[in-house]
Amino acid sequence: MRHIIAVLMENEAGALSRVVGLFSQRNFNIETLNVAPTEDPTLSRLTVTTTGNDRVIEQITKQLNKLIEVVKLVDLTDGDHIEREMMLIKLKAAGQHRDEIKRTVDIFRGQIVDVTSSVYTVQLTGDQPKLDAFINAIGESYVLETVRSGVSGIARGEKVLSI
Amino acid sequence: MLLAEEYIVEMLSGAEMVIRSLQDEGVEYIYGYPGGSVLHIYDALFQQDKVKHVLVRHEQAATHMADAYARASGKPGVVFVTSGPGATNAVTGIATAYMDSIPMVVISGQVMSHLIGEDAFQETDILGVSRPVVKHNFAIKDAKDIPETIKKAFYVASTGRPGPVVVDIPKDMTAPTDKFEYNYPAQVEMRSYNPATRGHSGQIKKAMDMMVAAKRPVILVGGGTIGGRASEVVTELAQKMNFPVSTTLMGLGGYPASDRQWLGMPGMHGSYEANMALHHADLILSLGARFDDRVTNATEKFCPTARVIHVDIDPSSISKTIAADVPIVGPTKSVATEMLSLLAKSKTSPDKSALADWWGQIDQWRQRHGGRYDTHADGLLKPQQVIEAVHKVTNGDAYVCSDVGQHQMFAAQYYKFDKPNRWINSGGLGTMGFGFPAAMGVKLHYPDAEVVCVTGEGSFQMNLQELSTCSQYGLPVKIICLNNGSLGMVRQWQDMNYESRHSQSYMESLPDFEKLAAAYGHEAITVANEAELMPALEKAFAMKDKLVFMNILVDANEHVYPMQVPKASMRDMWLSKSERT
Ligand SMILES: Cc1ncc(C[n+]2csc(CCOP(=O)(O)OP(=O)(O)O)c2C)c(N)n1
Ligand SMILES: [Mg+2]
Repeated sequence: MRHIIAVLMENEAGALSRVVGLFSQRNFNIETLNVAPTEDPTLSRLTVTTTGNDRVIEQITKQLNKLIEVVKLVDLTDGDHIEREMMLIKLKAAGQHRDEIKRTVDIFRGQIVDVTSSVYTVQLTGDQPKLDAFINAIGESYVLETVRSGVSGIARGEKVLSI
Repeated sequence: MLLAEEYIVEMLSGAEMVIRSLQDEGVEYIYGYPGGSVLHIYDALFQQDKVKHVLVRHEQAATHMADAYARASGKPGVVFVTSGPGATNAVTGIATAYMDSIPMVVISGQVMSHLIGEDAFQETDILGVSRPVVKHNFAIKDAKDIPETIKKAFYVASTGRPGPVVVDIPKDMTAPTDKFEYNYPAQVEMRSYNPATRGHSGQIKKAMDMMVAAKRPVILVGGGTIGGRASEVVTELAQKMNFPVSTTLMGLGGYPASDRQWLGMPGMHGSYEANMALHHADLILSLGARFDDRVTNATEKFCPTARVIHVDIDPSSISKTIAADVPIVGPTKSVATEMLSLLAKSKTSPDKSALADWWGQIDQWRQRHGGRYDTHADGLLKPQQVIEAVHKVTNGDAYVCSDVGQHQMFAAQYYKFDKPNRWINSGGLGTMGFGFPAAMGVKLHYPDAEVVCVTGEGSFQMNLQELSTCSQYGLPVKIICLNNGSLGMVRQWQDMNYESRHSQSYMESLPDFEKLAAAYGHEAITVANEAELMPALEKAFAMKDKLVFMNILVDANEHVYPMQVPKASMRDMWLSKSERT
């Protein structure tokens, strides 16, 4: 099963490489990974999506917790949560397809953030299936380049991950 | 004008702070080897005499010395190495300590900060290289952080599940010209590191209820009982419960081997009775063991009727390979102590009649194999009988530091350890070359104790350069080399699985060990048959101030038994070349 694990860790050089190293060293999967400092500049927040059976996920969370620089973590998949990913996508937008692409972007509530006579650069946010669906709707042959942020996640309601 | 003492601040260079921090940490010995990046530190070392330094002949040996010191004493061992090859030479020793959860602090020099990343002379990213085999590592980015970082290194290395910690110090951080205010913290706190100090009372209560009700219990004692200094309470608990005890390779000595309740080791080369008892158990109480693959055999066939209470300081060790029914995260000592006090207060007591039946069954198993081996009529020595003889001449009271191979298993099986911290071996990594430096590390700290290195002619040659270090520091260890002229453990597997095709497991042109020892000023005795054995051992151990290399020629065709059948259950064993369970 797919899990989203959110990790608060010391914002120190080397901390990220420990997390990444752990996954390869112990043969765990990483599907997406994103990391940035939080409002408290001494902390970084990392979100990793991974797959595995319950035993593997238990090991992943335990091994992550064991890293000295990891302060706290939560498996968001254990409760209600929101997940989002941001994609920037460059699309061929020339001739008769230009309007069609614009319409599809609107339907998906994307924004065209850069334009040339033959190219639209679109920004789109959503969960992973939505981003995948957008690419499908546009048709892969129109896609010139994509960049995705990896999943970010947060629990719904009162629950917070903080120290 | 007079200044009150507290106003006098000491200004020290980075190098001086390294040495002062170690002094203030109470470190007695450093094991190491100098080089360019640590020259400032070695200069500061030279100008004091509180902390002593042992100059090894290869950095790997420094790490094993520090490691064995830690295993025997419980205190972290300290290593100095220079950047690049010095640091990479230490990696095997760091990994050895990591696998066996041994506290160690390795201070590695690094090239100057402004050169890092430029492939400078003797630059290795030792933080990256060591990352998978350390508990943690630190880079010094600012010289004034040196004392606090060293304090943290000792704190992390020695608390929770212990392990090696590397502190990497670029040369410019130790420059003698740059002075800083020195202040060694009495303690440190890290918000992200809070090792458990006691187990969950509710879980312990639940465990105790299961223990009292158990009909076929076994206590499994592992390295966590040794490292956690818990043998005494664990022994008391086992005896109050009248439960059989099996000690893993890392747990030997955690329960006295001469006691009736001891079953021997579990696992691949475990005793028949220990493996049978575990297989048929209805309850396993694991105290600091981690159910590794050499203990469990095929996990899906492991102990089908047993419920498992798993006590470990490291939550990630619990339910990693074998699912625990009652997980208890905490130090073995405090958990076993709490169990004892629960037992004292409890109105119920262990099931006497069930235990009597269980012991009856175990005694039958004991009779089936009982650690027997064939002896030769022609006087050719069996490795097992050598270990038994060593046990006899040392009154079972020596520190036994082992290398890796058949000799290690024979030592583990036949030197019956009654005390903890006496059996010192590389259990997790299985590092050939460990035994000799390990014996040196123990002898340095316990000069009056008998310290034995059990080795093979293969393993010994992986660190034999340390014969020189022993001459320099006067380390009269006794080396028992079970010389079978081959990489015996490899050969055994080739005999059993590859129709005796002995691919690269035979060693031609072994050195003349007597001349080799003599070249370094040591003694050596060769023993070729049974009649010579005891007299030679007695002679060797009577030479208190001499390193004696005992070149003992043993039967090359001997195998270690019992041996579990691969991919099977605990009870599936070869008991000899021809007898299978
Ligand atoms: C550094 C290292 N290399 C290889 C091995 C694999 N290995 C395990 S036991 C063994 C043979 C050891 O030979 P020896 O020291 O003579 O001991 P014996 O088995 O003959 O008693 C080997 C090669 C190892 N454990 N460590
Ligand atoms: Mg050999």
